[in-house]
Amino acid sequence: MTAMQIVFILTAVVTLFAAFRVVTTPNMIHAALWLIVALFGVAVFYILLSASFLAVAQVIVYIGAIAILMMFVIMLTRREMRDRGPQTGPQWKWAAILSALLFGGLVWMVESMALPAAPVGDVPESSIADLGKALVSPNGFVIPFEVASVLLLAALIGAVYVAWTRRNS
Amino acid sequence: MISLDWYLIVAAALFVIGLFGVLSRKNAVAILMGVELMLNAVNINLLAFWRYRAPTEPVGMAFAIIVFAVAAAEVAVGLALFIAVYRRFNSVVADDINLMKW
Amino acid sequence: MPTTTLLWLLPVFPLVAFALIVLFTNRNKALSHTLAVGAAFLSWLGAMVIFVRALQIGPEALAEHPIDSWVNWLPTGDGFLKIGVMLDPLTAAVLFFVAWTILMIFVYSIGYHNFGQPEGDHDKKGLPPHGATIVDEHGHKHVVPSVEPMYSRFFAYIGLFAFGMYLLAVSDNLLTLFVGWEIMGLCSYLLIGFWFAKPSARAAGIKAFMTTRVGDVFMLLGIAYLYKATGTLSFQDIFKPEMLHALANVDSGVLGLSAAGLIGLLLFIGTVGKSAQWPLHVWLPDAMEGPTPVSAMIHAATMVSAGVYMVIRMFPLLKAGSANEAFLSPLVVMAFIGAFTALFAATIAVAQNDIKRVLAYSTISQLGYMIAALGAGSYVAATFHLITHAFFKALLFLGSGSVIHGMEHGVLHTGNHDVDPQDMFNMGGLAKKMPITFWTFLIGGFALSGFPVLTAGFWSKDEILSSAFLGGHPVVFWTLAVAAFLTAFYTMRQITLTFLGEPRTKEAEHAQETPWTMTVPLMVLAFFAVTAGWVGIPETFPGLGGLLPNWFHHWVGATYETLLEEAHLVGEMAEGHSLVPLMTSLTVSLGGLFLGWLTYKDVKSPDPATDPLKRWLGPVHTVLQNKYYFDELYQVIFIRPAAWFAEVFTFRWVDRGAIDGTIHAIARAVFDAGKALAYGFDLPVISGAGDLIGNTVRSFGRAFRVVQTGRVQDYMVAAMTSVVAFGALVYYLLVFAH
Repeated sequence: MTAMQIVFILTAVVTLFAAFRVVTTPNMIHAALWLIVALFGVAVFYILLSASFLAVAQVIVYIGAIAILMMFVIMLTRREMRDRGPQTGPQWKWAAILSALLFGGLVWMVESMALPAAPVGDVPESSIADLGKALVSPNGFVIPFEVASVLLLAALIGAVYVAWTRRNS
Repeated sequence: MISLDWYLIVAAALFVIGLFGVLSRKNAVAILMGVELMLNAVNINLLAFWRYRAPTEPVGMAFAIIVFAVAAAEVAVGLALFIAVYRRFNSVVADDINLMKW
Repeated sequence: MPTTTLLWLLPVFPLVAFALIVLFTNRNKALSHTLAVGAAFLSWLGAMVIFVRALQIGPEALAEHPIDSWVNWLPTGDGFLKIGVMLDPLTAAVLFFVAWTILMIFVYSIGYHNFGQPEGDHDKKGLPPHGATIVDEHGHKHVVPSVEPMYSRFFAYIGLFAFGMYLLAVSDNLLTLFVGWEIMGLCSYLLIGFWFAKPSARAAGIKAFMTTRVGDVFMLLGIAYLYKATGTLSFQDIFKPEMLHALANVDSGVLGLSAAGLIGLLLFIGTVGKSAQWPLHVWLPDAMEGPTPVSAMIHAATMVSAGVYMVIRMFPLLKAGSANEAFLSPLVVMAFIGAFTALFAATIAVAQNDIKRVLAYSTISQLGYMIAALGAGSYVAATFHLITHAFFKALLFLGSGSVIHGMEHGVLHTGNHDVDPQDMFNMGGLAKKMPITFWTFLIGGFALSGFPVLTAGFWSKDEILSSAFLGGHPVVFWTLAVAAFLTAFYTMRQITLTFLGEPRTKEAEHAQETPWTMTVPLMVLAFFAVTAGWVGIPETFPGLGGLLPNWFHHWVGATYETLLEEAHLVGEMAEGHSLVPLMTSLTVSLGGLFLGWLTYKDVKSPDPATDPLKRWLGPVHTVLQNKYYFDELYQVIFIRPAAWFAEVFTFRWVDRGAIDGTIHAIARAVFDAGKALAYGFDLPVISGAGDLIGNTVRSFGRAFRVVQTGRVQDYMVAAMTSVVAFGALVYYLLVFAH
C-alpha cells in the first residue's frame, strides 16, 4: 500500500463519513459544518487528482461562498426548526432502498468495465495556463464560459428579486 | 497505484449519500446540501476520468469549473427561494410546503 | 221559346230565387218574398204556356212523341247517366196543378207570416212569432201578430222545395226524378223543423226525414235493379213493349216475382214512405209542426203527390210486373195497402181534435185512395184524384191556417196563452167572424167528402170507386166506400166544430178575418176545387154524362194507352156502367155529412172530453185518438233498439271500448315501453355508462391522487426510481442485448 493509497483511503473515509453526517444529523448547524468537512475532503481529492486549481477553487467557491451562504440561510430560517422531531421525512426508507440499489448498481457497473489502473500520462506543467487559454479561446470553451457568467448574472438578479422584501415598497 | 475505479466508487458513494439526503431530509436547506454533495461527486467523477484518460487536455477541468459556476448559481437562487418561502410559510420544512397536494 | 227550354227553365226559376235569397236578400223581407213569388209566377207562366202548347199538339201525338231533351251528366263505365226533361200528357196535367198550387201557397205565405206587421216583443229565430205590443193613438195597448223572424229563410226553403217538385214533374228519367224526390225530402226536414227551437218541431223534422228515407232506400234499390236489368233509366226507353216484356219475363229470384215485379214493388215502397202509407205513415201527422203553408205544400200539393205521381208514371212497369200470379205482385200490394191505409187513417181522423191533424190523416187516407185506384188498375182515376185532391187539400190546409191565424188574433187579444188556437173544441161560430175562410173551407170540405156534382172530389172519387168495382175488386171497393163515409163524417165534424154554432171560448169570439194575401189564394183554389172535376165527367153518367166529353180520361189516358195495348197489358174492365158505385158514393157522402153535422151541432163546451163520439165508442175512441199506438209500437220495435244500438253497442262498446280501448292500450303500451326504456335502458345503461365513465375516472383520480402529496421529495423519489430503472434497462439493452 503506497502512501498515496493511504491518503486516498483516509480522505475517502473522512469525506464519506462527513457526508453521512450531513444527511443524518438533526442539527442544521452541525449539518452545515459537516458539509464543510466533506467539501474539504473533496478538495483533497482534487489535489490527489492533480487538479490543484480546482482544489483551490473548490475551497473558495464552495466552502467560502456556498457553505457560508447556507449557514446564513440556516440562521435566517431557524424560527421553527429548533432541532426537534425527526429530520427525515416519512419516505426515507424508500430513499434508503433506492440509494442502496443505485450504489450497488453503480459499483457493479464500474467493476464490470475495464478501467485503466493508472493514469495515461502526466499533467503538463502548463495545465492551468492551458485551462485559462481554453476558457477564453473561441476554439475552446469561451461560449460555455460566457454562458456560465450570464447564468451567474441571472442567478444573481433572480435571487435578489426573489428574496426582495416586499413590504412598503 | 490508485486505480480509477476507486475514485469512481467513492464518487458513487458520495453521490448516493447526497441522493439519500435529498430524498429524505425535511429541511429544505438540508436538501440543498444533499444536492451539493451530489454535484461534488459528479465533479470527482469528471476529474478522475480526465486525469486517467486525457490529462493533457484542459477539457476536464473546464467542465468541472463550469459545474462549479452552475452549482453556485443554483445554490444562490435556491436559497433565495427558501428565504421567500420562509417569509410566506414561516417554515422551510419541505413537508409543510405542500400547496400542490390534492 | 222552344218548349224544351221552357221545360228546363221551370225548375230553374225557384232555384235561382232560393240562391239569391240565401246569398243576398236574407235581411230584406220584401225583396225575398218578391223574388220567391216572382219565381213561382214565372214558373207558373211557363207551365201554363206549356200546357196550352200541349193542348195544341193533342194527346195522342204527344203520347206518341213526347217532347224530350236530355244532357249527359255522370259518366259511367260504358255510358252516361243523364238529366233530362220531357213533356207528355201526364206531365202537362201534373204541371198544371203543381204550378197553380205552388203559386197560391207562395202568395199565401206572405200573409201567413204576417208581412207588414211589427216585429215581436221577444221574438226569437226558431220560435213561432209571439205578438207585438203596439200603442194606438188613444194610448191603448194592443197585442198584434208579429212578423216571422225567419221570414226570408222560409221563402228560400219553399223556393228550394218548388225547385224539387218542378224537377220531379218535368224529368224524363228516374234519376232526375229521384234527385227532385230527395231534394223535397231535404226540404221537408228543413221546413217541418222550421221553428227549430221547438223540440217537437225538431223531432218531427227528423222523423219525417228518417221515415221517408226508409222508403227511399228501397226505391233506390229498385232504381239500381232497373238500371242493371235494362241499362237505362229513361222513361222513353223503358216504356217500350219489348222492354216491358223482357222485364216481365225475367225471374228476379225473389218471392217468385219477375224483374218488373220486384222493381215495381221496390219503387212502390218509396211511395209508401213519401206518400205516408201504412206502415210508414207515422211522419205525416207530426209534420203538422211546420207552418201551415208548409203543410199545404208538402201534404197536399207537392211532396206526397210526388209519391203517387211516381207510381202513376211507372204504371206500365207495375202492370207488367203483376202479369204473373206472384204472391206479392205490385198491383196487389198497392191495392191492399192503399185501401187499408184509406180506412185506417179515416178511423183515426175521426178522433182527432187538432184542426191540422184531422187534415193530415185525411191526406193519408186520400193518398190511400189513389194508391188503391192504381192497384185496381186505373191510373187515370188515380191521376184525376191526385189533381183534384191537390186543389181541395191545399185549400183546406190554407183555410185551416187562416182559421188558426184568426184564433191567434183572439189569443193575443185576450192574452191567455194556454188556449191552443189549433184545437177545434176551442173554436165555434167562426163562420160569422171569418166568412171568406168559412165558405172556401166549406167548398173544400165538401169536395173532400165527395159532395155530388158540384165538387171536384165527387167526380174523382166516383171514378175510383167505379174502377174498383168494375175492375173486379170488391174488397177494395167496399173498404173505400166505408172510408168515404168516414171521410164525410169527420169533415163535417171539423166544419161544424170550427165554424158552426156559437163561439165556445173568448178567443174564438175575438177571431178576425185574415188579409187578402191569404184569402185570395183560398178563393182561387176554391174555384178549382169546384170546377176541376168537370173535365172528367164520365160519359156513362146518368144525365150529365155526354154533355161534356170526358176530356180528362181521354187526355191522361192517351199517355199509356197505345203502350199498354201493344204490350198486352190492358186489364179486363167489366163493360157497362153499373149504378152501384154511384149510389154507394152518393149515400156515403151525403149520409156522412149529415151524420157529422147532426152529431156535433150541439157541442157547447171547449172541453174535448164532451166529444159525443167518446160516449159512443168509449175505449175504442181512446185507441183511435192515440193513432192505434203505432208511434209507441215503432218506438219499441225500431227506435229504442236503434238508440240502444247506437248508444251502447256502437258508442260504448265499439267506439269507446274497442276502438278507444285499442288506442288507449297502444298508448299505454307505448308509454310503458317508453318508461321501461327510460328506466330500464336509458337510465341504467346509457346514463349509467356515462356515469360509469365519470365515476371510473373519479375513482381512478381518487386512487391516483395520493401520488400528489405536494411534497417535492416524494416526487424526487419517484423520479429517481424511474431514472434508475430506466437506466438499468437501457444499460442492459445497450450492453447485453446484442
